[in-house]
Parts: sequence; C-alpha cells; structure tokens
Amino acid sequence: MTERFMLSRRELLKTSAAGAALGLASASFPISRAFAAAVTVGFIYVGPKDDYGYNQAHAEGAATLKAIEGISVVEEENVPETVDVQKSMESMINLDGASLIFPTSFGYFDPHMLAMCEKFPDMQFRHCGGMWNKDKHAMNAGSYFGYIGMGQYLSGVAAGHATKTKKIGFVAAKPIPQVLLNINSFLLGARSVDPAITCQVIFTGEWSLAVKEAEATNALVDQGADVITCHVDSPKVVVETAAGRGAFLCGYHANQSPLAPEKYLTGAEWNWAKVYKMFVDDLVAGKPLPNFTRGGLADGFVKMSPLGPAVSEAARAQFDGTLAEMMKGGFSVIKGPLKNNKGDVVATEGQTFVEAAIELESMDYLVEGVVGSTA
Amino acid sequence: MDATGIGLWGVPLAMLGGAIRVSTPFIFVSLGEAITERSGRINLGLEGTLVFGAMTAYAVAVMTGSPWLGLLAAAAAGLCFGLFHGWICKFRGVNDIAIGIALMLFGSGLAFFFGKPFIQPSAPDLPAIPFGGWSDIPQVQAALNVNVLFLIGAALAVFLWWAFRNTRAGLILRVVGDSSDAARAMGLNPNTVRLIATGIGGALAGIGGAYLSLYYPGSWTEGISSGQGLMAVALVIFARWNPLGCFAAALLFGGAGALGPALQSVGVTQGYYLFYAAPYILTLVIMIATSSPSRSLAGAPGELSITK
Repeated sequence: MTERFMLSRRELLKTSAAGAALGLASASFPISRAFAAAVTVGFIYVGPKDDYGYNQAHAEGAATLKAIEGISVVEEENVPETVDVQKSMESMINLDGASLIFPTSFGYFDPHMLAMCEKFPDMQFRHCGGMWNKDKHAMNAGSYFGYIGMGQYLSGVAAGHATKTKKIGFVAAKPIPQVLLNINSFLLGARSVDPAITCQVIFTGEWSLAVKEAEATNALVDQGADVITCHVDSPKVVVETAAGRGAFLCGYHANQSPLAPEKYLTGAEWNWAKVYKMFVDDLVAGKPLPNFTRGGLADGFVKMSPLGPAVSEAARAQFDGTLAEMMKGGFSVIKGPLKNNKGDVVATEGQTFVEAAIELESMDYLVEGVVGSTA
Repeated sequence: MDATGIGLWGVPLAMLGGAIRVSTPFIFVSLGEAITERSGRINLGLEGTLVFGAMTAYAVAVMTGSPWLGLLAAAAAGLCFGLFHGWICKFRGVNDIAIGIALMLFGSGLAFFFGKPFIQPSAPDLPAIPFGGWSDIPQVQAALNVNVLFLIGAALAVFLWWAFRNTRAGLILRVVGDSSDAARAMGLNPNTVRLIATGIGGALAGIGGAYLSLYYPGSWTEGISSGQGLMAVALVIFARWNPLGCFAAALLFGGAGALGPALQSVGVTQGYYLFYAAPYILTLVIMIATSSPSRSLAGAPGELSITK
C-alpha cells in the first residue's frame, strides 16, 4: 500500500510542473468520480495498522469495507500529525479518486483536515474525535466517536473485584477530555464495587512512547496498584509489562488478551466496522452524511473484550448486570453528588450526565479518588 | 501509605530501577559510538542501527524461539550497517555525518518494512538475574532484576577504558583518531582501522536494539526507540569520549528518565512535562558548566569532523 502512495506522490510532483492549471483540473476532476458507482474511501492512520491498539481498531473497521462490492479502500499508515497528512489527503483525492476520507488521529483535525475541507468542498471528511462544531466548521467535515467511557466503567467493575490492594492504576497519554472521561469512568466503575478504591494516574505526555509507558507501568505497580489499564495508542507494552509484574489488566482500543491470557480481565474496544459501514451506505445511497455521529455500547460502536479466566463469579454477575442496564439506555457514569479531586463539586445531588451529554466532551477534571493532575 | 505501596521510597527506588532498566541501550550505543569516534569518524546512523537491531532480534527470536540467536542476529545486522558506513566513508569527499543521517533513515525504514509481520507475535525475553533475593519487598526485587546485557555493558565499559590506554589496539585506534598523517607514518591504514571501528560500533548498537525489543520494554513496535540512538550519540560527547563516562552518563539518563513517572506515582502530579525534560536540562547544565571559550573539548579526537 505504501509503495503505491510513494509512486503517486512522485507522479504528483511530475505533473505539478505543468503549473497552476493542475489545481483547477484536479479539483474539478474527482467531483464526477464521486457520483460514479464505485466509491473510494481513504483511511489515514498515525501509526502502524497492526499495533494492538487505536490504529488496529480503525484498520479492522476499514477491512470490513473492502469486502463490500463497489467499494475500494485506500490506506496510509504512519502519517504524522503535520502537513504530511494534508499531502496524504490531497494524494488520496487527486490520484486515488477518494470521495470520503477518514483521518483517524486526534491531531489531524485542526488545521489539517479543516484546510482540506476548504480546498475540496465537494469531498467528505469525517474525523475520529469530538471536535466538529456546526458553528465553526465546514459542512463537508464532521466527527464521529463512541461513548467508550461506558466500557471503561465496565472495566472498572471487573477491576474493582480483582484488586486486593484497593489501588488501581491508569497509564494515560494526554489530559484531553476523552482520556479524562476514561480515567474517571474506570475509577467510578471500580468504586461501584468498593468506594474505598483509589486510582493512580500517570500521564506520559505522548500517544506512543514505549519506554515511558513501561516505566509508568512499573511505577504504578511499585506503588501497589494491582490492576492496570491505559489510554495510549498501543497498549501492547503496558499489557506485557503489567502482566510481567503480576498485575491484572484491562485492555483498551482492541482485544489484547492474547498478550496476557491469564491476567487479562476485560477491555473496552471500538467497533468501527459498524460506523464505517453506516457512512459508506449513506454515500452509496446518495444521502447526505451525518456530521455529528456518536454511539455507545447499545449502538454497537463500542464492545467489551470477553471476560478473562481471572474474573470471579461475583464480578461476572455485576458486570453483566451493569452491561444490561447500559444497553437499556439512560445510564449515567457521571452523576451527583460528585466532587473532583480538588474538592470542587462537579455534579450536584440528583444531577446526572448520560453518555450523550455534550458537557462530557469538554471534561477537564479528575474525580475524587483519582490521584493525579490534569496539568 | 498503605502496606502494599512503598510511598516516597518509590522515587529513589524507581530511579535506581529505571537507571538499570532504561540505560542498557544507551550504554551499548554510546560505547559503540565511542569506539567509532575515537577512530576519527562520527556515525550518526546508530539510531537506524538500533531500530533495525531491535527488529532483527525480535524477528529472529520469534522464528527460532531463542532470544540469544536474536541477539546474535542483531549484532550481525549492526555490524553490516557499521561496515557499510565505514566503507562508504573511505571515499574522498564523502561526509560521514551526511552518510550517517542517510543510514539512520534507511535503517528505520528497512526495519519498518521487514518488521510489519512481527508487530503482533510475542517473542521470548532475554533472561534477567534476580539480585533482589535478599529483600522480601517485591518492589526491591523487581528493581534489582538485572538483565545480563546490563552487566555485559558495565564490564565492557571498564574493559574499553582499560583497553584504550593499555593495549596495542587501543593505541592504534587513538593514533588514527588523532592524526591520520601520524598513523600513515607509522605504517597504519586509517581507513581499515576506521572500517573496523565503525563495524564494531554498529554491532554494539545492534545489541542495544536487541535489549529494547527482547527485554525492556520487550516488544517490537515502530516507535520503540523514540530517539534513544541519537541521544546516545550525544552522550558520547557529553562523556568526553571516555567509556566509563559513557556508562555513567547512560545511568544518569536512565535514572532521570524514570523520575517523571515515579514522581507522579507518589502523588507529585503538577508539572510532569517539566520532569520529563529533566534528562535534557541536566545535559544542558553540565555541558554549559564544563564548557570553556578558551579551550577545545578535552579528550576530543583530533580527526573528528565536528571538532576540526
């Protein structure tokens, strides 16, 4: 796949010698393509697509599209969150005839995807994350995301039963709202088992830093945490390090149980196949694509890894019970009375935030019981 | 703190453990680079060699089931990279720094290309020796789980320090590094010596890579090195081309790198970005403190292109 793009780029360079006329020609050319029967969909990943994590989850979704008649998929891996991703998008549109592009990484959105939306107003762009806002952004852009915090709450339930030290650990990349919601949900899930449980969080500062993630995991275990989960791009290192130290773990993004079958409790996974199929069906049917797409466990956007052998009967029962309640809809992870870990009230008595509550997408606090700081 | 955590003691313990765990790739790459630079050449390509070594070691260990064969393969791959650098640089007008940068990109790219099928499988780890058996605190036992490569690296540092001064090979290396003309007058061929020195440097960097993928963090991913090979090259200058200095600097970097996560784990959570910058700030401070406008870098080989 990569070779193909390298060729394409070279051709792009060659043809660009023709001058400014190219810009006009290439901008108008794919419009006719968009209405052709065959649809080309582009996927851009920030890391390798078999990383046991974030990118693998997206690539598994993209792979299901390849099986659909009349759909061709172009992919590019290891694209940094720089102007490089703009070049990748241009190349996918001009040379591969893509009419719908999914730049999957958080940092692709602003300014890169937004610039492309302006440059190619007839193409469709959908970004994974929560940043699209109809007042600020173009209508050919959009964002899709899953309420995976619910999954982290369920992981927390399993963790709460498994921990003996009443201390659980979280290796996090950056303090952005989605990560903070996951940390808070994980702890609140564990506290639904035992309110004395605390969660220690360590931020590594980057999405993928193998050595620092291993150090963070070791530091958490050294401080007595005996169930570890994470929110980094590739949980492989965290999972293997924690299992090596004898701690239990909950996975994230994809199913990591093959890496530590005995110690793996469960994990919150994405089910992007469902989301991508939805977008492509709309595109083929000629319907306008939604700009704001969200869904949770009940919508099939998010799924849980099968429970591991270390999960007790009691944990299994509470896990299944909570899951059934979530599937009914209206379940709130963040509900009052709740304080943040600085002592300020974030939800008053009786106040609840369901998974779809838009306030959760701008979360900037860690709840009481989380040991850590957002800055 | 509760009985299971070890509280504030976790910070020095994590730094000790971190120094031992994280420093090994730095030790091997910087010792390899010290040999190369003592011969009068800089090989900036060791970052690529490190990544390629990590991939090779992991791939061979997965296929054969033996981490030791993986280690050997990584050393052999590193040797090839080093010899290639040494061979190209003997031609007139070739800049060793430019070739190094090219090889750095080439090594990483090639490793990503061949490494694709090996991201998923798990490879057997290199063994560690538990020196913490005397303690019944599991954290101490974990921190003192010392990999054999770390011990080999420490021994190698002492050996090189001795060999640079006291052996014929060490003398030849230093002569070639300090003055090509003097070396030729002695009947030595500087290009051959540099070829061998760069080859050995590459092999050591390959071993450093094997440690990354086969012990700590112990898996092959494309971001495994995150620049450690480049930092190790800088460590050599920081250590003034002294193998014992390289060893100490590598330990310092490893320990300082463990500071950020360890402080967060005991509840010092403000300003972690600053703690993560600690190793670099430390380097800057020492560099500035020991620099002088009136003399050149002490211990720098005379033929080195950056000091000429």
